[in-house]
Amino acid sequence: METFTYYPGCTLRTKAKDLDTYARFSAEALGISLEEPADWQCCGGAYTTAKDEIATKLSAVRTLNSAKVSNRPLITVCSACHNVIKQTNYDILHDEEVASKVNNYLKLDEPYNGETTVYHYLEMLRDVVGFDNLAQKVVNPFKGKKIAAYYGCLLLRPSKTLAMDDPENPSIMEDFIKAIGGTPVIYAQRNECCGGYITLEDKDQAAKRSGAVMSSAADQGADMIITACPLCLYNLKKNSGSELPVYYFTELLAEALGVKEESNE
Amino acid sequence: MNKNLKEQVLRASGVNVLKCMRCGKCSGTCPSYDEMEYHPHQFVYMVERGDIETLMNSKSIYKCLTCFACVDRCPRNVEPAKVVEAVRLAAVRQQGNNHMNPNQIPEMLDDDLPQQAIVTAFRKYIK
Repeated sequence: METFTYYPGCTLRTKAKDLDTYARFSAEALGISLEEPADWQCCGGAYTTAKDEIATKLSAVRTLNSAKVSNRPLITVCSACHNVIKQTNYDILHDEEVASKVNNYLKLDEPYNGETTVYHYLEMLRDVVGFDNLAQKVVNPFKGKKIAAYYGCLLLRPSKTLAMDDPENPSIMEDFIKAIGGTPVIYAQRNECCGGYITLEDKDQAAKRSGAVMSSAADQGADMIITACPLCLYNLKKNSGSELPVYYFTELLAEALGVKEESNE
Repeated sequence: MNKNLKEQVLRASGVNVLKCMRCGKCSGTCPSYDEMEYHPHQFVYMVERGDIETLMNSKSIYKCLTCFACVDRCPRNVEPAKVVEAVRLAAVRQQGNNHMNPNQIPEMLDDDLPQQAIVTAFRKYIK
């Protein structure tokens, strides 16, 4: 059984427990062990691009370093955590000033210089498990189901840094949908923003953005839409005005693998 | 023109505003275009001109969703969102100029709102 360091993040412990639980049970069913670092902290939710911001990047570095110390790649599942941690790692690798300031502040036993490899859970499915292998382990295929993958912003961009997939014509989630027996639906808004945190102070804008995503998917005949991000799920469900069902991709994965029931116990 | 502020924004963003060829693709792809008084391409040339305070006083700095669409789609790699971020930081770093107050949070909550939204807003709006 292969073991990875697994970072859930704050929301997966509270409002997005489903995203986390289904991810864990599914990983186990796929022969992968996910180990949480002790005393992890919130990633901060948003990565700041400002070069003179150091303190706001430290919690991500602590997570990266704990994976380095346990000598394992780091797996994330929330799109926002993934984005913050991956961009911070890129900074440490490519900006000497950031790296030296961060290390000067943290005073780790050994400086952190970007050694950790970060995978999103979807990348783990594609690159470690393999979608072909995943398909063979599916016991409840989503036969005949038209499923729209919603990437949003944070999984794909900035593409130079995230490097998960083609940012304008991605396929990783569609390949995932095929692996669990469903039919992917391609639609225009799949990599456009849901409105994100603007929901806190401008419900109209959040409604406009998430409504555009949902109607774009519905127009292409989707039966449901899937996401990896708790904030996308929230906006699409609560602010869009659409009835199209929205699920975490891990929920469909757990159902396909036949471990959904035990995840809920 | 405030030279010091311009320097600060250029340094913090790491953006070379002179690379911009004014194609407007950043604004064309911006999900907040309709909500903004000044649009991403305007941020770039107003910073070039040193007209930073006008931007700092505009609500536009709180409309960027940090979706990185303009960063990825700029044909010249200008990365306008980094300029918006630097201008917003110059504003919220000023004493008494936080855009959100923790006391406002309870009334914004509902049963499903993910913590992620609040944490992100704090990172964006408060120093």
